[in-house]
Amino acid sequence: MKVTSVNELEAIRSEILAGKDQDKPCIAVCGGPGCLANQCLEVRDAFVNEIAAKGLTDKVDVRTTGCHGFCECGPIALIYPQEIFYQGLSIDDIPEIIEETIINNKTVDRLLYTDDEAGQLVETEGEVPFYKQQMRLILGNNSKIDPHSIEDYIAIGGYSALAKVLGGMQPMDVVDEIKNSGIRGRGGGGFPTGRKWESTRNAEGDIKYVICNADEGDPGAFMDRSILEGNPHSVLEGMIIGAYAIGSNEGYVYVRNEYPLALKNINLAIKQAREAGLLGDNILGSGFNFDLKVNRGGGAFVCGESTALMASLEGKPGEPRAKYIHTSDKGLWDRPSNLNNVETWANIPLIINNGADWYSAIGTESSKGTKVFSLVGKINNTGLVEVPMGMTLREIIFDIGGGIPDNKAFKAVQTGGPSGGCIPESLIDLPVDYDRLTEVGSMMGSGGMIVMDEDTCMVDVARYFINFLMEESCGKCVPCREGLLRMGEILTDITEGRGRMEDLDLIQDLSEVLRDASLCGLGQTAPNPVMSTLKYFRNEYEAHIKDHKCPAGVCTELITYSIDAGNCTGCGLCLKKCPAEAITGETKQPHVLDAGKCIKCGICYDVCKFDAVRKE
Amino acid sequence: MTANESKLDSIIDEYNAEPGSLISILQDIQAEYNYLPEESLEYVAKRLDIPRVQVFGVATFFKAFSLKPKGRQQIHVCMGTACHVRGSKKVLEELERKLEIKAGDTTPDGEFTLETVNCVGACALGPVVVENEEYHGEMTPIKVESLLNSK
Repeated sequence: MKVTSVNELEAIRSEILAGKDQDKPCIAVCGGPGCLANQCLEVRDAFVNEIAAKGLTDKVDVRTTGCHGFCECGPIALIYPQEIFYQGLSIDDIPEIIEETIINNKTVDRLLYTDDEAGQLVETEGEVPFYKQQMRLILGNNSKIDPHSIEDYIAIGGYSALAKVLGGMQPMDVVDEIKNSGIRGRGGGGFPTGRKWESTRNAEGDIKYVICNADEGDPGAFMDRSILEGNPHSVLEGMIIGAYAIGSNEGYVYVRNEYPLALKNINLAIKQAREAGLLGDNILGSGFNFDLKVNRGGGAFVCGESTALMASLEGKPGEPRAKYIHTSDKGLWDRPSNLNNVETWANIPLIINNGADWYSAIGTESSKGTKVFSLVGKINNTGLVEVPMGMTLREIIFDIGGGIPDNKAFKAVQTGGPSGGCIPESLIDLPVDYDRLTEVGSMMGSGGMIVMDEDTCMVDVARYFINFLMEESCGKCVPCREGLLRMGEILTDITEGRGRMEDLDLIQDLSEVLRDASLCGLGQTAPNPVMSTLKYFRNEYEAHIKDHKCPAGVCTELITYSIDAGNCTGCGLCLKKCPAEAITGETKQPHVLDAGKCIKCGICYDVCKFDAVRKE
Repeated sequence: MTANESKLDSIIDEYNAEPGSLISILQDIQAEYNYLPEESLEYVAKRLDIPRVQVFGVATFFKAFSLKPKGRQQIHVCMGTACHVRGSKKVLEELERKLEIKAGDTTPDGEFTLETVNCVGACALGPVVVENEEYHGEMTPIKVESLLNSK
C-alpha cells in the first residue's frame, strides 16, 4: 500500500471498510501487560484452534489487541459485533464460548461480569460499571484494532487528521488549534503543548527535532506502554502533525527498554507508515518530509526528564542540565527540539479531527481533555482508566475502581509517581486536574494513582520513594545527591525506631533545600512524598518516634509476632514454613514463637489458617 | 578476548559507528553476551573514536548494563509502588534468603541472578516476579519456594 495523496487515503479507507463485514464475529483478546502476565496468549491460541476445529476459520476473526484497561479481570475477550464482555478466561472456557456465543448466539453467563451493586450479570463492555463512567477517547480504540495492522487503524479513521493538516492547514493554523484546545503535557509538568510547539517553531535553526518521550518511568504507571503497544499509529500520527506544525523533518521515539512489546509495535508501525508513504519524503504528496528513529532507554528514571533524555539520545549518560537554556531553542544536538510524551502525542489527532472547541469543552477551566490513570494498589478494580479532567478522586476510586478490597479503610491515594504526594481521605472529593493536585501538595505526573489502605504505613511509603529517588538521582547536583541520601537515612531511622522528634524539622528543612536548589525536576519535586505525608499523616511519624510503634504494622523493626495459644491448633504449618526455625511445639499442642530468633518475614502470619499469629 | 571482534564489528557497523548510537550499541552487545565484557567497551571506544571514559560512563550509568556476567536464570522482582504496597519487599527478602545472595548478585554456581526492577507495568498482579521473561503475579514469600523448585 502506498498512499500518495489525501484523496487516495480516503479511497483506501473506503476500500478497507467495504472489505470488512461489520456483522462478522470478531473475538478481540486483550494482549495488554496485565493479561499477558495472565497467559492470555494461550487463550488466544485456544480460540484460534477451536475455531479451526469447528471449521469456522473464514467466518470468525480473532484479534490480539492492546490493553482494554480492566486488568483485574484478565484475561479478557470482547466478542464483536455485540461487544459481549467475557472475563477471567482460561483455555478450558473457549470451546463453550465458540459453541454457545458464536454458533448459538447465546451468552455464557458464568464468564460475564457481575455488577455486585445491581446484583446482576452484565453482557456488554459498556454496561460494566468500571467502563460505564469513563470517557475512553484514547484507550477506547485499543480493543477495536490489531496494533500490527495499519489497515485497522485507517479503518477507524486513522491518519485522517494528518490528511486534514497536510490537505490545507498552514503550520501556524495547526499550532493555533493545539493552543486553543488547551491541552497540557501528559508526562508530568503539564506545560501547555501549543505554547511549546510555538516556541520551537519560532526558534532559529534549519534543523529541528520532535521527540516522543516513551521512557515511562513512574512506578505504578503503564498508560504510555499501553498506548504504544495498543495503538502505535496514533502516536506516529500525532508526531507527524507536530513535526509539520513545528517545521521539523526528523524525530525520535525514546522507548523504555523494559517494554519489549511497545518497542516491537512502534518499530513495526514506523515501517508500515514508511511503506505507505505516511513517513518519509513528500508525505501524502504535500512536499513535507519527515522520518523517525527509535532509541531504547537504558533503564534510568532520570531520563524521563527532557534534558537527560536528550543527553541519552546523544549517547551520553542521562544527566540533566539547567533549564535556563530552553529545549525549544537548544535541545538535542543543540538544535531546537520539541519533546512531548506518548499520551500527549496520541491526543493530537483527536484535537485536529474534532476541533479545539470540542476538545476544550471537555475537562476543567485549566485542564482540558481526558487523562488516563493507572488505578493500582489496594483497589478492587485495578487497571487503566480514562476520565475527563475534573472527575473527583472519589468517583475514580470508588465508582470506577470499586473501592478497597476486603472491607479495609481507604487511607490515601498517591498520585504523580515519585514526584507526587499522598492525598488523604479528607480530600477525597478533590476534582482531579493539574492545578488542584498541585495545590494539595501532589501533582498529575504521568497519571499513576496508587491507592493505599489502613495497612499501608505512610512513613514507609515516604521512605520507599526517597530510596527510589536516591538510587535514581544522577548525582550531578549536590542537593539532590546528598539531600536524598540524608533524608533516606533519617527516614530509615524513624522506621527502625531510632527517630527523634527534631528529625521531623530536619527533613522539613532538607525538603525545602531540595525543592529550591536542585538542578532538575527530579530533585525539585523529590520532597513531595515526604512533605505531603508529614502534612497529612504527621501522627504516624510521631507514633514511630514517640511510641516506637508502626500503626499499620509494616515497619518490621517496630512489630513483633507471637502465637496466641488459645487459637493455635498445633497444626505445625508455621513451624514447617518458618525460615528461621523460630517456632517450636509438639503436634496438636499450641506452638511458641521465639521473638529472639524471629526475622519478621511474616510467613507464619500469612500461612496460619486459625488466626493464631499476632502482629503488634 | 571473550568478545569476538567480528561480532562487535557487525553490531557497530549496523549503527554506522555513530557516537550517538553508543547506548544502542552497548544494548546489542549486552544482549549478545548477557553482560558487557570489559574488552568490548575498549573496542567500542576505539571504533567510535570516543574517549573510554564516555563508554565506561554510559556503561555504568544505566541500569540496563552489567559489567559482570549474569546467571543463566534471571529473576526480577518488581519494586514498583503498586507491588511495594502489596508486599514486594517481603518477597524479595525471601528470595534473598533462599538463594543466599543479595539483589543485584549472581549465585556462585552462575545459575541465578536476582535483580529488582522499578516497574514492569503489570501492577494489577502485584507483587510481580519475572523469571526469564515469564510473569508470576500475586507473589508471596510462601510461593517463592515453589517458584524456585519449578526451575
